[in-house]
Amino acid sequence: MLRFITFRLLQAIPVVFIVAAATFIMCRQIPGGPFDSEKPPPPEIKRQLESFYGLNKPLGQQTLDYLWSICPKKFMPHRLFLDANNDGRADFDLKAAFGSDFGPSFKSVRSVNETIADSFPVSFQLGAMALAIALLLGIPAGVAAALRPNSWVDYFASGISMLGVCVPTFVMGPILVLVFALNLRWFNASGWFDFKDQLLPSLTLGIAYAAYVARLTRGGMLEVLNQDFIRTARSKGASEGRVILKHALRGGLLPVISFLGPAAAGIITGSFVIETIFQVPGLGRHFVTSAFNRDYFLITGTVVFYAALVVLFNLAVDVVQVWLNPKLKFE
Amino acid sequence: MNTPAAPIPNAPFVPDTAFEEAEQGTSLWKDAWARLRKNKMAVFGAGTLVFMALFCLIGPFISPYTYDAQDLNQYAKPPSAQHWFGTDKLGRDQLTRIMYGGRISLAVGICATMVSLTIGVLWGAVAGYAGGKLDTVMMRIVDILYALPFTIFVILLMVFFGRNIILLFAAIGAVEWLTMARIVRGQVQSLRKMEFIEAAIALGLSRRRIILRHMIPNVLGPVMVYTTLTIPAVMLLEAFLSFLGLGVQPPMSSWGSMIKDGAEVMEEFWWMLILPGLFLSLTLFSLNFLGDGLRDALDPKASKD
Amino acid sequence: MPLLEVKNLKTWFHTRNGVVRAVDDVSFSIEKGETLGIVGESGSGKSVTCYSMMRLIPQPPGRIEGGTAIFDGTDLLNCSKAQLAAIRGRRVAMIFQDPMTSLNPYMRIEEQIIEPLLIHQMCDKAEARRRALEAMKNVGIPEPETRLRSFPHEFSGGMRQRVMIAMALITKPDLLIADEPTTALDVTVQAQILELIKKMQRELGTAVIFISHDLGTVAGFCDRVMVMYAGKVVETAKTDEIFYRPRHPYTRALQKSRPALQAKGAELYTIPGMPPDVSKPIQGCAFKTRCEFALESCKQAPMTLVETEPGHGTACPRVSGGELKL
Repeated sequence: MLRFITFRLLQAIPVVFIVAAATFIMCRQIPGGPFDSEKPPPPEIKRQLESFYGLNKPLGQQTLDYLWSICPKKFMPHRLFLDANNDGRADFDLKAAFGSDFGPSFKSVRSVNETIADSFPVSFQLGAMALAIALLLGIPAGVAAALRPNSWVDYFASGISMLGVCVPTFVMGPILVLVFALNLRWFNASGWFDFKDQLLPSLTLGIAYAAYVARLTRGGMLEVLNQDFIRTARSKGASEGRVILKHALRGGLLPVISFLGPAAAGIITGSFVIETIFQVPGLGRHFVTSAFNRDYFLITGTVVFYAALVVLFNLAVDVVQVWLNPKLKFE
Repeated sequence: MNTPAAPIPNAPFVPDTAFEEAEQGTSLWKDAWARLRKNKMAVFGAGTLVFMALFCLIGPFISPYTYDAQDLNQYAKPPSAQHWFGTDKLGRDQLTRIMYGGRISLAVGICATMVSLTIGVLWGAVAGYAGGKLDTVMMRIVDILYALPFTIFVILLMVFFGRNIILLFAAIGAVEWLTMARIVRGQVQSLRKMEFIEAAIALGLSRRRIILRHMIPNVLGPVMVYTTLTIPAVMLLEAFLSFLGLGVQPPMSSWGSMIKDGAEVMEEFWWMLILPGLFLSLTLFSLNFLGDGLRDALDPKASKD
Repeated sequence: MPLLEVKNLKTWFHTRNGVVRAVDDVSFSIEKGETLGIVGESGSGKSVTCYSMMRLIPQPPGRIEGGTAIFDGTDLLNCSKAQLAAIRGRRVAMIFQDPMTSLNPYMRIEEQIIEPLLIHQMCDKAEARRRALEAMKNVGIPEPETRLRSFPHEFSGGMRQRVMIAMALITKPDLLIADEPTTALDVTVQAQILELIKKMQRELGTAVIFISHDLGTVAGFCDRVMVMYAGKVVETAKTDEIFYRPRHPYTRALQKSRPALQAKGAELYTIPGMPPDVSKPIQGCAFKTRCEFALESCKQAPMTLVETEPGHGTACPRVSGGELKL
């Protein structure tokens, strides 16, 4: 198992670096630079700005400098959770923990590291809640549908799932806001301070994935429940509950587990829209605005950060898959 | 195989079991078509799609309004007898705009899916047929790309380079080809190993004949299913990009951009959000039901009974 | 008082193409410690009979239309789910044809073997583990301590079947139902498994219902044999009787079909025709279209078991009526 993890990590690291380099280089190719938008500054000032940010060096040199800058130089992950500046929240200081410096931002006084530190925890919370909702709603719905195929339970669950898949988050979101925040006033339409703020955005993001999870669970469970070993379990006197929980679920959830990888990627991209609709101060919004602002380091920083996150998450998912499905160990 | 009973020496009468009706062999397609017709949701989906297509293609010719005719006297009117779907802030008739928007959304959906299809099928077929190291490398790339949030790159592309609808097709298509590649490769690989291919080779059929008459019909099934399922995913992605302001540009408008405009004013002018949203969702529903129905029809083992 | 008495069991499958009468009015009984073999072609209903008794058939298409199966006072077909669950695995155990698909690929062997003990709360986990180890040794699995932690796919076919046997017999049940346990195995392994079942039966005094399509396997193993055809019982007798004095044309034909008994170089004898389609109701005797002794009267004659000698029943009306001597 350890070898498996090491092997996958070794594969993952170059991927992240390639993504970083590719994004960095792509940013340089775009028409218009960071200082060209509103009022273009006089040429000497522009030259000085470029030299200050290192933009006048050869592209290859810039790329290597950047890659070195973000490369982890130490490994103290606990520093992420310290609170050195006493503001009541964990610092999430990537530089202190890993020695990674994602560079400055052109449009803001805060460096990229600081922007990530401010906004990522919010996005993470949003994503985690959405994922939790997706699993907590989806798996029981899928199991219930699989236990009574072609009954009204099945059609109802499948119908609602279809709804989640087909109604886009940016349609569902505003509708939920209209109904629950503006009319019923149960929850809030924006902000991110307490649960009343957090529920609608997480729910909107989570429902779409709950739908996929429900469909996958139903399919997986149906297939497993048809297998011979379920009959063996029953012949041993196992109650239906035991058959489902101990025997069927292990195999039935496999499609869901493998879906979690792309789901994480999807939740990240989905968060951009959610953060926009619900005014959530997360990293996604920064990504979108930085793209419009040609804020190179912030763009690349967020992309690399997300890529690393997704790659690690996928690794975790693969490890869980191998643990659950012993046949994979031998492939 | 049904062989009629051999005459039994001492049995003085005719067998009563029915060898009279010879079994009609049904081809895979006839079987699948019969199953598909029975699937009510799939039929409903197909019907709705036909309606949508007609609605979007022919509707604008029937409508008394054009999609860009502004009438500032009709500022944001709710649905009425005059304007069945209301008007927007520039007094444009929403019904006609939804029809036009549908044309754009559906066009993007189909074109981008074609891009996905082309890349995916080529990639998958080459990997599956070649096997060995090439296959491993190609599929490893797919695995890695599958994990990355491709959409982020598409967003970047669209921000940097793209007010170009061709780029839109290509970019969106580039996100969705991975699944198709996996499916095609899986099918081609298993077909290669199947005995009927060996039989065909043993019979001396040329490679081209094998590919055309034996492999392609078998790969076609899953490809059709996933094409039908890719179109809604692509349409959703286009709407998503439009919502961020990155999709089709005005004066063209797709359902996605109409939803974006509608979301901004939904408190007062709900019809500008709900109606395009409804049409988009309905189309996605239909495509998904049809795709699911196709999948159930073509793969009898994966049935729900 | 027989251990298990099945009367008039009917199990029908309601499919789109008609009602398949897989088991149509089957009755038999088995005594404590006895070995009963059930023999028949594919589709004769032998497996469905036993699955029905344990209520293991999928109920949407299948349905137990009638009958009783009295096991030591409890009617398995009509008792509550709780009563059934208490009996399954504890007093009646089953082993299945394909050990690969019948074992849970996601669970370790140990977990699966100790499960019947834990379900029926016969001992605590530590004790159950001990007994599992002993059971593995008993069925002849080498290096049982390490193999306990393995997964099913790490075993060969014969080993898996041994695991199934260990798992089934760990609770020392009164009755073991073996559904073609050797069919999926290599010939060399088949003999070993049969020997193992015999040995376990001797040690534990378990009654065994042994389902097979092969007369030869049944011959060396069972006290009594029941022959099934098209969902009905056509003959039942002690093993010797079935072989030396068959009282049904089908049984006789089955025996004649065994390649080992044919003269070398002669054309192989096969029973002409095909098994009937059980989704259509059958008039009279189901075997009549393939029977060399069939007459017009066989179209109407019912297939009820009639005893020609004590302990020897046949469903052929011509034989039981004395007309026909085989």
